[in-house]
Amino acid sequence: MTSTAQKSMSSDTLTHLQRLEAESIHIMREVVATAENPVMLYSVGKDSACMLHLAKKAFYPAPPPFPLLHVDTTWKFQDMYALREKAAADAGMELLVYQNPEAVEKGINPFDHGSLHTDMWKTDGLKQALTKYGFDVAFGGARRDEEKSRAKERILSFRSASHRWDPKQQRPELWKLYNTRKAKGESIRAFPLSNWTELDIWQYIHLENIDIVPLYYAAPRPVVDRGGMLIMVDDARMPLLEGEVPMMRSVRFRTLGCYPLTGAVESEAATLPEVIQEMLLTTTSERQGRAIDHDQSASMEKKKQEGYF
Amino acid sequence: MSGSDQSYITDTLIAEDIDAYLHKHQHKTMLRFITCGSVDDGKSTLIGRLLYDSKMIFEDQLANLESDSRAHGTQGQGIDFALLVDGLAAEREQGITIDVAYRFFATDKRKFIVADTPGHEQYTRNMVTGASTADLAVILVDARQGILTQTRRHSYLVNLLGIKNIVLAVNKMDLVGYSQERFYEIVKEYAHFAEQLGIKSFLPIPISGLAGDNIVTRSENTPWYQGPTLLGHLEDAPINATQMQDAPFRMAVQWVNRPNLDFRGFAGQIGSGTIAKGDAIRVLPSGKTSRVKSIVTYDGQLDRAMAGQSITLTFEDEVDCSRGDVITVADAPCEVADQFEATLVWMDEAEMLPGRPYLLKIGTQTMTATVTEPKYEVNVNTLEHLTSQTLAVNAIGVVNISTDRAIPFEAYAQNPDLGGFILIDRMTNATVAAGMVHFALRRSQNIHWQAVDIDRTAHAAIKGQQARVVWFTGLSGSGKSTIANIVEKKLHALGKHTFLLDGDNVRHGLNRDLGFTDADRVENIRRVGEVAKLMSDAGLIVLTAFISPFRAERRMVREMMETGEFMEVHVNTPLEVAEARDVKGLYKKARAGNLKNFTGIDSPYEQPENAEMTVNTVELTAEDAAEQVVAAILAGL
Repeated sequence: MTSTAQKSMSSDTLTHLQRLEAESIHIMREVVATAENPVMLYSVGKDSACMLHLAKKAFYPAPPPFPLLHVDTTWKFQDMYALREKAAADAGMELLVYQNPEAVEKGINPFDHGSLHTDMWKTDGLKQALTKYGFDVAFGGARRDEEKSRAKERILSFRSASHRWDPKQQRPELWKLYNTRKAKGESIRAFPLSNWTELDIWQYIHLENIDIVPLYYAAPRPVVDRGGMLIMVDDARMPLLEGEVPMMRSVRFRTLGCYPLTGAVESEAATLPEVIQEMLLTTTSERQGRAIDHDQSASMEKKKQEGYF
Repeated sequence: MSGSDQSYITDTLIAEDIDAYLHKHQHKTMLRFITCGSVDDGKSTLIGRLLYDSKMIFEDQLANLESDSRAHGTQGQGIDFALLVDGLAAEREQGITIDVAYRFFATDKRKFIVADTPGHEQYTRNMVTGASTADLAVILVDARQGILTQTRRHSYLVNLLGIKNIVLAVNKMDLVGYSQERFYEIVKEYAHFAEQLGIKSFLPIPISGLAGDNIVTRSENTPWYQGPTLLGHLEDAPINATQMQDAPFRMAVQWVNRPNLDFRGFAGQIGSGTIAKGDAIRVLPSGKTSRVKSIVTYDGQLDRAMAGQSITLTFEDEVDCSRGDVITVADAPCEVADQFEATLVWMDEAEMLPGRPYLLKIGTQTMTATVTEPKYEVNVNTLEHLTSQTLAVNAIGVVNISTDRAIPFEAYAQNPDLGGFILIDRMTNATVAAGMVHFALRRSQNIHWQAVDIDRTAHAAIKGQQARVVWFTGLSGSGKSTIANIVEKKLHALGKHTFLLDGDNVRHGLNRDLGFTDADRVENIRRVGEVAKLMSDAGLIVLTAFISPFRAERRMVREMMETGEFMEVHVNTPLEVAEARDVKGLYKKARAGNLKNFTGIDSPYEQPENAEMTVNTVELTAEDAAEQVVAAILAGL
């Protein structure tokens, strides 16, 4: 190589998205190379879509050498179920769907059971699924910018045999040297998107043309106003209050979860650039659409100690 | 241009031409930095201010912040920016941060990742963790307090971790009346200290995190300051990954990708340099060479790739290469060694145990390593070198490290990717130390394994035989040399290529410097073992005749050889028979006390437990014994 070529090379700098992508791929490869039985938690949301896309890149031309696991609550949006099947098939990966049998039996739902809904379907369901299949590492799409308590979450988070998180037992992460060793029964949650922000995710989806659930784009949808939150009537199971009539509004969702727990925002943003535009000019943060952390600002941290992502 | 003007223009661009905005932001770079300061230096306030001023705080968070400020805040009715970044509930109540937290904000030019590390004295570990991934460090000083012990500690650590770009942020300038004299007094004191540490340069900036002076916009309160604002400097500072592009190519292999029989790719993240299709590469530690056939990515093949990218390489030739190996440019490989001097930062509550095996992870490989007693421990407050037998949590010391196999590496100062390592406790799996390689110890330095095309199999094949090491052991006068000599003659007559190593031909040359103490006997056998190994690599049938009295050394030699090649022959002659023969008159001398450390008299002979063969020289003649040994050798050939 001539010195001129070297010089011109050195002026090239990877963009922030290229660096984030390379880091996520590095993390996935490190984890998979040392794991016995890894799995990717797939929630069908935009972060999961990004993570799955990165996994395809990390192991190309092989398909990602692990299955996808969807811990289902039976209360997700219909559009999410549709994309779930398609995304797994496109990636050439096995899709495992797990529903907590006790929650199925008791018919746990967000209308009658309050926080029990999240506890049983998601928190318990995740633990049961990981135990059932004996997964020792689970990739998750959590980001450090989502919430204050997550800013200190490691990229590899160690859980005891009972899936509890102990802030005192987390390991220092130096350079890009991940210590993936664990005792029998312990498991790892790996967060390859730790250093991505919400804006990074959107820009990446835009740049890479990643398939996401259409609910992220504005469209006329039937909603009801519940205590200031616009809840979409996604199927006939939604009990309407007396006198309540679903109204057609142009709405979109900034995060996706169980439809009765996920607030829509009124919006005309029907394309990805418009969504990003709206996000940049908006003044409320992403998590506000989720009913789960409204109680107190430290509630996410409690959830994490109990084993919820 | 001032910060508020900038954000106005940005908002206008977002509103009027989102595609142009997105295009611009796809070309942003990324800088990672660390903030360090003492407990009350206003670090959290500064970070909160950067998030706030770069509009990374949404209205609902602001509402939370306002209510939190009234409940827990330290600013009366004002907004307490520190509450934006203080994380876990327990520590929020204590009012201190106790871990490394990562925060994100962005301007039009860059995305930033801030490692927020605590100022508490006992948390060296967290600071080192945060600094390990940083391109730049902001060292905060309270203008009223000046340089504190902790400022020195933080600066030492930042320098230790190799951060070249240091900002001395003299904070709370509002509380010293924006005094130019006070500012320069602090800068002068720090410059003196920085010089002691070997910090080549730093940028001092007078700021107020609380009031916002010189953070985003130039302050009217410090007209005497002509330098950049803090954010302005963060936007222009160089990035490590970019600087690594001019170094020679290195990539640690993470994963061998074999989706089918036709594809074999080596996946990794390029640590330094660039690579292009057709480039000659070398795989370390084996030293094998090939050329890059393709640079494979999901987005298509690349003609070239650079430091920081995660890629997959395929080679022109079928070359052995697996996880942990390092691929380098062929004509500038890195060193390979198994003994190093390194600095360790101890991170575990259980102190370091010299001599105990730990796991060492460097690049993408993990192996067993032992650590010597510290050569010295560093008092990071005074920079004094202290003698120490161990390292406790948060202690920093210089040690020698020995790994159980040779590894490709570079000095940390040259390439953190191949010079930074962690130590892991084998029982608890905790990460117990961070280490930085200084250099390989003289014994192993600069010895590259030269991969050879004519290998040991080829050497043996041309001789029409298989290599063997036939190791005769037994008392002095047992008949080892006699039998070995007859064995060699018989093999030679059969057209076999042999060589006999015995005490006499070795001790007159190669081992002339060795005596007969236990330590010298061990070294004698080690050297003979190495020579026998080289000769077996050459395809020879090697016969050795040494007393070799210790089991441990015979085992060591056995383990040096290829499986199945080593054959231990115990020439079993009782002491009284050997002594009665006394061919060389040595027993008589030893009994008379004229020969010290004589095996069987005043030095032990440890009987073999698992010898492939035992010959009894009381019942057999030397000729018959040799015939049996030859038969055994030929049976295995």
